[in-house]
Amino acid sequence: MAELSDPGQAAREGSSGAAQQPHPPGTYPVVVVGSGPGGLQVAYSLRARGVRYAHLSADAEPGGMFRRFPLFQRLLSWTKPHAPYPQGSRGYEWYDWNSLLGDTPDDRALMPGLMERTSSFPSRPEMQHNLELFAERAALPIRYGTRWERTRREDDGGFVLETTDGEYRCRVAVFAVGAAEPFTPRTPGLDQVPHYADTRSAATYAGKRVFIVGKQNSAFELATGLLPVARSIVLASPRPPTLSVNAHSLNGIRARYVQPWEDHVVGGGVTSLNAAIERVDRAADGYRIHLRRTEADHTMEVDADEVIAATGFVCPLQDLPEVGVATYGQQRWPVLTPWWESATVPGIYFAGTIGQASPGLRKWGLPANSGAVQGARYNARLVAQRIAEHHFGQQRLRPEVTPDRLVPFLLDEASRAPELWNQKSYLCRVVTRDADGALRDDGIQPLQPFVDEAGPDAVAIAVEENDGDAIYPALYVRQAGRVAPDVELAPDPLHRFEQESYQAELRHRLAAFLP
Amino acid sequence: MYPVSEAAPTRAPSRCKIATMATDAPLDLVDSLAGLTLFADLSRPQLERAAHTFEETVFPEGQRILRQGFQGTGFYVILDGEVAVRVDGEDRARLGRGDFFGEVSILLGEPPVADAVALGPLRCLQLPGSDVERFLQDHPAVMYRMLQALARRLRNANRWRS
Repeated sequence: MAELSDPGQAAREGSSGAAQQPHPPGTYPVVVVGSGPGGLQVAYSLRARGVRYAHLSADAEPGGMFRRFPLFQRLLSWTKPHAPYPQGSRGYEWYDWNSLLGDTPDDRALMPGLMERTSSFPSRPEMQHNLELFAERAALPIRYGTRWERTRREDDGGFVLETTDGEYRCRVAVFAVGAAEPFTPRTPGLDQVPHYADTRSAATYAGKRVFIVGKQNSAFELATGLLPVARSIVLASPRPPTLSVNAHSLNGIRARYVQPWEDHVVGGGVTSLNAAIERVDRAADGYRIHLRRTEADHTMEVDADEVIAATGFVCPLQDLPEVGVATYGQQRWPVLTPWWESATVPGIYFAGTIGQASPGLRKWGLPANSGAVQGARYNARLVAQRIAEHHFGQQRLRPEVTPDRLVPFLLDEASRAPELWNQKSYLCRVVTRDADGALRDDGIQPLQPFVDEAGPDAVAIAVEENDGDAIYPALYVRQAGRVAPDVELAPDPLHRFEQESYQAELRHRLAAFLP
Repeated sequence: MYPVSEAAPTRAPSRCKIATMATDAPLDLVDSLAGLTLFADLSRPQLERAAHTFEETVFPEGQRILRQGFQGTGFYVILDGEVAVRVDGEDRARLGRGDFFGEVSILLGEPPVADAVALGPLRCLQLPGSDVERFLQDHPAVMYRMLQALARRLRNANRWRS
């Protein structure tokens, strides 16, 4: 029981003032690093499961990247005050991508109450307030101003995190440190230009010729923000931009940032070039950018007063690769299991936007929303569940589902479960048949291990979408240790998956599974 | 993350290999592409565009990448590591660096008829199935190289049968 929390922990540690910081250096079952949305959610969920932890943050306040980004002060993720489900209900979470997941009315669905109603996309300060209020209402004890600096692996499999305040020993460490360390490619001269993160206020670009390296959302966010002031804008990267509405993915250029693209199409002061940047030279009155067009394979030069490298970010993993955490790709993503644990160092987990390094099935090529709060919050809750069960021997509640309720239960989940809607083809609801023949609700789980790992007879439902416009439930049935190929049910344009036609289809598909 | 036909170990047994592979991996994806037969005819700018079109991804040992009978798969080009092509649990072929897989089900619009399983830590380039047609039409030289590889596979299959 030493691993589990005592009921007084929150009361003692959460209410401490600035002079009395919680979680002094010492030995804890779990250490959580980071106080952005991922860190807050995983800490909240660990506490709810009674797992004792220390929560450290280099920042002075909660909010993580939202204390600074997005630069132009309005988010890409919606919160719709008026939705088909009431605020605070489970179904509402699909319509509110920004609130963290609370267990009580006091700490649930906080975002809509903080928004000025001129947009369904909160402003950055509103989002920061939302996260601060969650930490406050939940009385989350966090040790601020404590920077994780180095990591050691102990012979017993545990870890030591060296921080500016001292050493923390733990069996499990959760890093929710974002992916916001500026990255600049090794193109000659590009290291001499400001990164997206160093962009100044829009007014300082008034009347300037601005050249933006990159054509992803951060580049188009800059272009959109500078449209009212810049004399001209050029965006350049080797491949054409992909719009979210064409790609059926929120990783594409979001609708809110499409205006510069329209200006490009009509020749209105914005130019989008498909070109590799060969070199950036300083010139007397600015910069000369040397390009090689990727379609025509010829060179060209562009002169600009300002250059901004919207070339992305990498994960600030510090020395974790040195203790064995394998990484891949330009962004230095950690190689993760489907439970967001390092594939090479058991006991090291990741929460928050780094969770997108665990890609899941990526059916039809579509990524999950793990890089955004609306997906990462569910991943974080599962990280806490996994830690509690896998490392500290806890067991989840597994309510029985009577056979006559199985089909309505699965279709109800497909219709409104926010985990399935926010994390399509990525998270699923599982009902398992136990040895005694009873069907039990095994809760929300990552879909990939359900599909690939052996296990007892079980059925899983997910919400999926394909590369057309269709959204539909998908069924996975495991019998005799093997999951049969996926069954994609027909889409319904109004997503009415509880209709009799779906009930009949599912009864038919589950005939061999049901007793 | 392990094929259901095998006893699932609790951990990938060759963790260190993943770490080594990732550390040794070329930082510049364009250089990686330039060394693969499939992309051998592309100019440097075309390689740059391809490097921004494909996504780099890593799979631990034992992970299925294609699943026999499952829909919605992608196209993969192997950068490092080996893949087993497995039908009903039986290994039929091995693929290595520069080989590709997933194209048959995308070209035919059907689920794959085999599992593709990482035999060790595997680093791949990945392209969503819906982007393959456009990519091949934009890069006929890649399409021709792919045809050559498919012709070789067909020839070998015919030899095996005879």
